[in-house]
Amino acid sequence: MTEAVTRRATLLGAGATAGSLLFAGSGAHAQGKPSELKVGITTFLSGSASVFGVPAKQMGELLFEEINKAGGIGGVPVRPIFVDEAPGTDHLVGEFRRLVQNEGVQLIFASISSGSCLACTPLSDEMKKTTLLWDCGTQRIFEEGSHPFAFRTQGYGTPEVLAPLLYLLKHKPDFRTLAVINQDYAWGRDSWELWKAGMDALKPGVRVVAEMFPRFGATDFSTEVTRLLAARPDVILSTSWGGDLVTLLRQSAERRLFERSTFVLPIAEASMQILGRTMPAGHIIGARGDHFNNHPSPKDPARLKRFVDMYRAKYNEYPIYPCHHMAQAISAMQAGYAKAIAAKGGGWPNDQELANAFRGLTFDSPTSTITLREDGQGLEDQIVGLSSFNDKYPFAVPKDMILFPAAMVSTPVGQKSTDWLKTLKPEILAQVPAPIAG
Amino acid sequence: MADWFAENGLLLGLALLDGLAYAALVFMVAVGLNLVFGVLRIVNVAHGSLFAIGAYTAASIGIFFASRGLPPWMSYVALVLAAVAVGAVLGPLIEKLLLRRIYGHEDVLQLLVTFALFMILEDVQKLIWGVQPISQDTPLRFLGTVDVPFGEDVIPFTAYQLFVLPGVAVATLLALAWFLRRTLTGRVIVAVTTDKEAATAMGIDAARIMLLTFTFGAGLAALGGALASPTTALVPGVGAQTIVLSFAVVATAGLGQIEGAALTSLLIGLGRSIAVYFAPEFEVVVPYLIMVAVLLVRPQGLFGVIETRRV
Repeated sequence: MTEAVTRRATLLGAGATAGSLLFAGSGAHAQGKPSELKVGITTFLSGSASVFGVPAKQMGELLFEEINKAGGIGGVPVRPIFVDEAPGTDHLVGEFRRLVQNEGVQLIFASISSGSCLACTPLSDEMKKTTLLWDCGTQRIFEEGSHPFAFRTQGYGTPEVLAPLLYLLKHKPDFRTLAVINQDYAWGRDSWELWKAGMDALKPGVRVVAEMFPRFGATDFSTEVTRLLAARPDVILSTSWGGDLVTLLRQSAERRLFERSTFVLPIAEASMQILGRTMPAGHIIGARGDHFNNHPSPKDPARLKRFVDMYRAKYNEYPIYPCHHMAQAISAMQAGYAKAIAAKGGGWPNDQELANAFRGLTFDSPTSTITLREDGQGLEDQIVGLSSFNDKYPFAVPKDMILFPAAMVSTPVGQKSTDWLKTLKPEILAQVPAPIAG
Repeated sequence: MADWFAENGLLLGLALLDGLAYAALVFMVAVGLNLVFGVLRIVNVAHGSLFAIGAYTAASIGIFFASRGLPPWMSYVALVLAAVAVGAVLGPLIEKLLLRRIYGHEDVLQLLVTFALFMILEDVQKLIWGVQPISQDTPLRFLGTVDVPFGEDVIPFTAYQLFVLPGVAVATLLALAWFLRRTLTGRVIVAVTTDKEAATAMGIDAARIMLLTFTFGAGLAALGGALASPTTALVPGVGAQTIVLSFAVVATAGLGQIEGAALTSLLIGLGRSIAVYFAPEFEVVVPYLIMVAVLLVRPQGLFGVIETRRV
């Protein structure tokens, strides 16, 4: 028994020594500059959400190419590895592990789908790998848990819904009836819950005449349009996007629904180019941030112009909001590494040091500056305006824009959005900034 | 009950109009799938891709015609051209290169092969048309809208939705019924459907009939896509959405049943639109509830025939 214990102890000791040597070796390697900085990026490359995922990937490739031409990050060239989100969360979880364990990525950008982010964020905790949530909007991520290695480099559902609601209350305060038509999946349902909580607090008594959640990816909304024509609501809310939104708006325009109701479309920006002149003027449009091409006061107009021109030159179209969100994640990555390297006196940061650098980080976006709060959530301003046309763009852009400061429309740290929205008082409308002509 | 009808009768009328148009679109896709299964005995998952490619092709030809300044009515020619082109090119190509090799094999192999084809064609669509939504609604705008009275109000419907879609669906049903029952080629197709071995023994070139049928089925799928294209925005994945509903129609109707597909499409179209008005939470599930209800009572489908299993 003693011998066995001794033998076991010896083996354990040898193992521990070997392990510590290996660990020391890998640690030394991690702290030295790698030959390349691998970034795993999950995005939709197929399916209906590829309308967002592919433009974002294209923008990412352009920006990484630019970074590498300028010498990389901290002198290390960056290599993005894109992974398709479309096969679902189970597949994505496996891909996340593969990226970390097999590919050896130093950083991950995840994801477009809220479901994907909800699946990936716990993995960032488990694998202690810094993960930038570059596009998903669910408020649940940072409201239902603490994730020391996860940071969202853009806004999220609550400000993206509250800002259009406040705009509506300023623009058309006397509306009495409302209908909602959202896609039947997490975002469609969650965004309606957020809107309803805010609306009930700020304007109680609004009658909801129709709640419709057609199948995600539906190709025909003619029945829903008929019902809306018959119901004649003062306001129609839709947080839909992609082909669903384009089809809904085209069918609505063809049947003159826009003449009967005011539309509120918090994610319309990404569909305006496709709709062209089909999108009527005078309806409320948002952009999941402040990404409109006619931003009234970008922090650095030359930077925004260069950003837009670079994408247009390559793809002959204007960048849509997922392109901006990708750019924000890349900008955050550059700023995070710069901060971490500086904190280490020029040394290459390990995973923990890199994550530490992101907390409270401030970085530039193509339009403004974004700060990551202590809970990891990014504070991104929101622009909402009325659809309009001018000579510069062959598609609708907002006029009478209100630039909502991020802090005004974001849930305070430690609170849940639906609870916070219920506490809002109509007095908040007095704090809403004045519209800018645009 | 009478009170409910008095209160909601007008809405039911609107739901009927919506349901008819939706049923027409569903039928156009499902009937091709049903025909192909009837003759080839293959459940073609790639049928949805043919729908999508038909839609994209119609939109592209329509956009090309518009860019050349051709009159708007030519957009209808674009719809037909797209269906013929897709059916004539992809139909024989798929049948000869792939399907011919798997006739008579296990169902699972056939499903895997056609699913693989579906995935490949999805990527082909992305390569050709990209990922951003594409729309071409000239056929719809050309005919304008019709105001349908609704109490003291009017509800604008597009003439395309009210007349063109149901009209084409009914014409397709009648033409198919006539073709299959009154023409020699149609009767030969029915003979191969009923008993391929016996038909072959009587000198019918079954391989040619199968090629012809698949090409025709592919053309019907493409025509369904072409007809849907003016009403919708085309995005990656549109084929997948379509094929799932088509399978529900085919399973409910009974595999190989043309009239059954028409009746089932009508049931599903009306069921869905009535759900949108009165129980929107059930909109998505209604087609499948109808399918389950029918299959519980008639496992072979509404018009299906119980077959003895050949060992």
